[in-house]
Amino acid sequence: MNLFETIRFAIRGVTANKLRSGLTVLGMLIGVAAVILLVAVGNGSAKQVQDRISQLGSSTLTISGGGRSTGATTQDFSLTSSLVPALSDHGTAPHVKSVSPVVTTSEDTAYEGTSHTVPQFIGTYPSYLSAENYSVAKGSGFTQQDVDEARKVVLIGSTTADDLFGTVSPIDQQVTVNGTLFTVIGVLGNKDGTGFTDPNDVALAPLTAVEESLTGYGPLNQIIVQATSSDSVDAAQTEVTAILNDKLHVTDTANEPFRVLNAAQLLSTQADTAQTFTVLLGAVAGISLLVGGIGITNIMMVTVTERTREIGIRKALGAPRRTVLAQFLVEATVLSVIGGLLGVAAALIGSQFTIVGVKPVVVPASILLAVGVSVVIGLFFGSYPASRAAALRPIEALRYE
Amino acid sequence: MRLGRRMSANRPADAGRQMNPDRQGGHTVTGNRPVPEQSGLERPVLDVRNLIKTYGAGETAVHALRGVSLTVQRGDYVAIMGSSGSGKSTLMNILGCLDIPTSGRYLLDGVDVSRLSDRQLALVRNRRIGFVFQSFNLIPRTSALSNVELPLAYAGLKSAERRRRARAALALVGLADRENHEPNQLSGGQQQRVAVARALVTAPALVLADEPTGNLDTQSTADVLGVLDRLNRSGRTIVLITHEPDVAEHARRLIRLVDGRIVQDARQAPLPQPRHLAQAVDA
Ligand SMILES: Nc1ncnc2c1ncn2[C@@H]1O[C@H](COP(=O)(O)OP(=O)(O)O)[C@@H](O)[C@H]1O
Ligand SMILES: [Mg+2]
Repeated sequence: MNLFETIRFAIRGVTANKLRSGLTVLGMLIGVAAVILLVAVGNGSAKQVQDRISQLGSSTLTISGGGRSTGATTQDFSLTSSLVPALSDHGTAPHVKSVSPVVTTSEDTAYEGTSHTVPQFIGTYPSYLSAENYSVAKGSGFTQQDVDEARKVVLIGSTTADDLFGTVSPIDQQVTVNGTLFTVIGVLGNKDGTGFTDPNDVALAPLTAVEESLTGYGPLNQIIVQATSSDSVDAAQTEVTAILNDKLHVTDTANEPFRVLNAAQLLSTQADTAQTFTVLLGAVAGISLLVGGIGITNIMMVTVTERTREIGIRKALGAPRRTVLAQFLVEATVLSVIGGLLGVAAALIGSQFTIVGVKPVVVPASILLAVGVSVVIGLFFGSYPASRAAALRPIEALRYE
Repeated sequence: MRLGRRMSANRPADAGRQMNPDRQGGHTVTGNRPVPEQSGLERPVLDVRNLIKTYGAGETAVHALRGVSLTVQRGDYVAIMGSSGSGKSTLMNILGCLDIPTSGRYLLDGVDVSRLSDRQLALVRNRRIGFVFQSFNLIPRTSALSNVELPLAYAGLKSAERRRRARAALALVGLADRENHEPNQLSGGQQQRVAVARALVTAPALVLADEPTGNLDTQSTADVLGVLDRLNRSGRTIVLITHEPDVAEHARRLIRLVDGRIVQDARQAPLPQPRHLAQAVDA
C-alpha cells in the first residue's frame, strides 16, 4: 500500500469512531489552549506593570505606616493631615510640588435603587489627581475650597459610573454613601489597571467630607507626595523623611515607623507579584498540559483492546506490520495535529479578551512548547500500543483482552 | 452471482501460486524436498508433520496438539470434528499462519512456513489463505464493502479494481444490497457471509473456516455452506471445523480429533480430478 492509501485508511479510522477521535482532539485542544492562554495572562500582567512603571515616571512618593509604637513609652506615630503643611513647606522641602493626604475606605453606594460597592472610596486633596495621573473626563474636579468646607461632592471612576447610573448622566446626581448624600461632580478618565483591582472602580471626595461622614478623624492611610520632577524624587524623599522624623519625634532613625517609597519602589513589589503570578500560572499551565496529556493517553489506552483486536484482524488478512504501524501513526498524527491547531486557535481567540483585568500577551515559545508536548504525547500513546499489537502474532492480538 | 462466477473462472485454482512473488524464494529455502511435479502426483496444499502445540509450561502446560500429521490435496473439502477443547482451533490457527506450532513442520504449497519472514507471512496470509472465524471478526464501524476490500488493499490493488471485486464477492454470498451496511446493522448470518466474502475475495487456493456456522441459525448455516460448497466445486481447497454432523456431511473428507490427536480420517467423497493433472497423465 502506498502512502496515499495509508493516509486514506488512517482518515477512515479517525472518522469511524467519532466520539473517540473527538475526545482525543478535545483533550489536546484544552491542554494546548490552557498552556498558551495562562502563560499569556501571566506575561500580560507583567507587561502591564512594566508599562505602568515607564508611564508613571517616578515623581510620586507614597508615605505609609505610622501607628502607635508599643515600646516602653507609648508614642503616636500616626500620619495625620496636620503633617501636610510641614511637608509642603517650600523652605524645608523645596523639591516637593504637592502633598495629598489619603484615607481609603470601601463603601456601599446607592442611586435610585441601584447599589454598588466601591472598593476604593478615597478622601484626599485635589492635588491627588495629578499626582496619581487621574484625569477628569466629564464634569469637573473638586477644589481646595470644597476640602475646606467639607463639601459632600464626589468624583467617580467609569466602572462605578456605569454600574450606578447606566445610561443616565451622573453629573449633579446625588448618591447615597453609607447614609450620606454626595453630589457627583465629575467622572474620571479611564486608567489602565496593574493587577487585580479595577482602577476605574473608585470614588474621590474631599478628605474632610470623607472623614466627617464616613471614616471619622482617624489616622491617614497614606500621604502621597509629588516631587517637582522625576529627577528630584530622591531629594524630595530625603526632605520628606527628615521632616517626618522631626515632626513625629523619631529617635531611632534606623528603624523608622513609616515608609517613604517612590513609585518605582512600589511598582517593583507589584512587579514581583506579577512575576510570582506568571510562575504560578506557568505551573497551572504545566498541570493542564499534564492533565490534557493524561486525557489523551487515557482515551488512546482505553481503545487499545478494541484496536488490538482490529490489528489482529488486519494482520490475519495479510497486513504487513509496517502498513499497520504507518496507519496508526498517521491516525495519531492527524488527531494530534488537529487538536494542537485547534488549541492554538482557541488560545489566540481567547487572548483577544481581557481576562481578570489583564490583557493576555501570547508568548510564541509557549505555543511551540504546548503543541510540541501534546503532539509528542499524542504520537507516542497513539502509536506505541499499536506497535506492540502489530508485533504480536495475529492470534495473540485477536485474543487480547 | 454471475460476476462472481466469471471472477472465479478467470482465476485457475493455482492462481495464488502466480500471485505470490515470494514463493520461488521460499521454495529455494526448503529446497531439500524433491519437486513432485514429474511424479504425476500433485504436491499437497497442506502438509503437516507431527505438529505439537503446548500452551504454557511446567505443571500448568496444556498439550493442545500432541503430534498431528496430515496432508490435504488441492481441491479437497475437509471437515474437522472433535469435542470442545480437542485442539481443532489450535490446529486451524497454525494452518492459517495466525499462530506457530511448538514443534513440527508445516509446509504450505511446499513452502516451510516457519522459515518465512514477517513480511512473507503477511503475503501468504493475504494471497493464499482465506480465513473465516467463528466470531466473524469484521472491523467495526466499517461498511461491508470496505471490510471485503481490505485484503485487496493490502494486496496493493487499485481502488476501482478493489471495489469491483469486493462487489462481486458480496454478490456471490448474496449480499449485494447490503454493501453499505456496517457490521452492527447486519444479522449474524449476514456478518458471516461478509466474512466469507472477505475470505474468498483474493481468490485464495485455501479457505479455512473455524466453526463458521457455530453461531448461526439453520437458514444462515445453509447459506454459508452453500457458498463454501460452490467454492469447492470451483476448485478451492476448504478445511472447515464443525460440531454438527450435518455440516460435516458437506465435506469430501472427515477428520476427528481427540485430545490433540487425529483418531479418524475418512473419505466421504472422491477428490475432484484436477484438469491439468489429467492432461499431465494423458501426456
Ligand atoms: N491461548 C491459550 N492459552 C492456553 N491454553 C489454550 C489457549 N488456547 C487454547 N488453549 C487450550 O488448548 C486446548 C485446545 O483448545 P482449542 O484448540 O481452542 O480447542 P477446540 O477449538 O477444539 O475447542 C484447550 O484445552 C484450551 O483450553
Ligand atoms: Mg474452537
